[in-house]
Amino acid sequence: MTEAALRATPTTEFEGRSLWADARRRFARNRAAMASLVIVLLVTVACILAPWISPHPYDAVDWDRMLAPPDWQAGYYFGTDANGRDLFVRTLYGGQVSLSIAAVATLVSLAIGVIWGAVAGFVGGRIDAAMMRIVDILYALPFVFFVILLTVIFTRNFLLMYVAIGAVSWLDMARIVRGQTLSLKRKEFVEAAEAGGVSRFNILRRHIIPNTLGPVVIYMTLTIPQVILIESFVSFLGLGVQEPSASWGTMINEGANVMEIAPWALLYPATVLVATLIALNFVGDGLRDALDPKDR
Amino acid sequence: MSAGPILEVEDLRVHFRIGGGMFGRGDRILKAVDGVSFRLGAGETLGLVGESGCGKSTLGRAVLRLLPLAKGRVLWLGQDLGALDTEALRRQRRSMQIVFQDPLAALNPRMTAGEIIAEPLRTFEPEQGAAATRERVKAMMGKVGLLPQQINRYPHEFSGGQCQRIGIARAMITRPKLIVCDEPVSALDVSIQAQIVNLLMELQAEYGLALIFISHNLAIVRHVSHRIMVLYLGRVAELATREQLYRNPRHPYTQALISAVPLPDPDLERGRRRLVLKGDLPSPLDPPSGCAFRTRCPKATAICARETPPLLPIAAGHEVACHHWNE
Repeated sequence: MTEAALRATPTTEFEGRSLWADARRRFARNRAAMASLVIVLLVTVACILAPWISPHPYDAVDWDRMLAPPDWQAGYYFGTDANGRDLFVRTLYGGQVSLSIAAVATLVSLAIGVIWGAVAGFVGGRIDAAMMRIVDILYALPFVFFVILLTVIFTRNFLLMYVAIGAVSWLDMARIVRGQTLSLKRKEFVEAAEAGGVSRFNILRRHIIPNTLGPVVIYMTLTIPQVILIESFVSFLGLGVQEPSASWGTMINEGANVMEIAPWALLYPATVLVATLIALNFVGDGLRDALDPKDR
Repeated sequence: MSAGPILEVEDLRVHFRIGGGMFGRGDRILKAVDGVSFRLGAGETLGLVGESGCGKSTLGRAVLRLLPLAKGRVLWLGQDLGALDTEALRRQRRSMQIVFQDPLAALNPRMTAGEIIAEPLRTFEPEQGAAATRERVKAMMGKVGLLPQQINRYPHEFSGGQCQRIGIARAMITRPKLIVCDEPVSALDVSIQAQIVNLLMELQAEYGLALIFISHNLAIVRHVSHRIMVLYLGRVAELATREQLYRNPRHPYTQALISAVPLPDPDLERGRRRLVLKGDLPSPLDPPSGCAFRTRCPKATAICARETPPLLPIAAGHEVACHHWNE
């Protein structure tokens, strides 16, 4: 439109296209990322709706079918395990555990990590040094040792997994956000806000944190698979989720024991886990491409 | 120009600590601004010129208290800004604003033009409703030559010149009495430079703004300034009215700067003699003894290494810091 045409219609306001809107469009054009997003959403919805999808409860034992192969007529889509429990519904229940741990890690790293890192970077000086040394100390705790310690103190309880993962998942996030904040607080628009009398809290809230969110979102999607793997690993060691509950980690552990006689007990949970992880990584990649197109 | 100065700067010093070794050992002090004094009247423009790294921007920011002072005072309307607490200083900020060099970096990429311009209003007049604020933002956008219907656009959807207009609108929205312009046009195209400079001068005439205009473009400084201050390594080399400085520059550094300005007429340009300075700007961490300029000065003698030249008044409104200003 020409300048004259613009002046001719002075009442209508143009809609601006924000950086977020741009990123959404770029993400929507990325087929692999969109397909992966659909897979992640399908798995998530299936896990949440598990009790309504499968005719079998997750802990019901079918004495006639132990290590039975998949049987679609009877509703055992993935077969059964050594105790005659339906693997399909157990995979979905396991997904509930794995995904909820991922959600906890995400929320904690968002709530604590972003605020911790932004405050440390923005305030600077001694407070920054003290806050980041706390992060370093928590970082230095060997994770498995930390989980064992918690189990010893509080006895076995799978809620401890949430505590342990929550305690460590925000550390990287705090570091990333602090680094971003350090570079942002030297930007001229922050100085302009300061010259405009904006309070330090509002500078942090309006100018710093929104501009760190690109890397934060990317890092979040890459944290989720990591956390799911950690949970699987800890459960595999026998420290996490306990019978009769299941997680993807414990199911793979049990499946590995009977791999030679009932490969489906390993194959199905492992496939779902791997598919979810790959999809999450693709979503993360897609988000990175969408949010900073310059770095491709 | 009105009678009393609105801004008085006395012996302003800004020092930066440059980390040497660990734990503060070997720290060195960089004297970015080292004893600068001046006064500024309402509606007056003071041009600040000098090479990169001479402390122009630092001085501009220190006046606004965006940087801590090592020494000296800034009196704003007779009030010592250093004596104010954070909250009182924050309230003073509505009358003193800043426009930056890089127009895009000065705007938050996640906020719309309207939000950016409205931010000082939201801060200082939160009792105004959203609708009234929006109306004032639109009026200001019109004033600075932006289309009010672009209020919802984001900075990346504007050109550099338009971004600078947004920056000016943000600085103007609270009706300040002083705006520090930190190289407001050096990142822009030449054709846009003139528009922005003229916009600033129009706003100045309309609202009686005082400007501190920082630039290394002498032609533009000459166009906008009433008085001009030449800085060299954080010290004042010469301070004079525009006419005095361009007709009768007394400091060898000023003479060299003025002779470096290209003339639009190629015949004149070819025929004239240039004063070319030897060498580079010395490190501000380790300035030369005595007169800081002596290492590059064609007139330097023994006294220049021994004694720092004081800023001498040589005519009404004309001050020079040079031992040999009369030669």
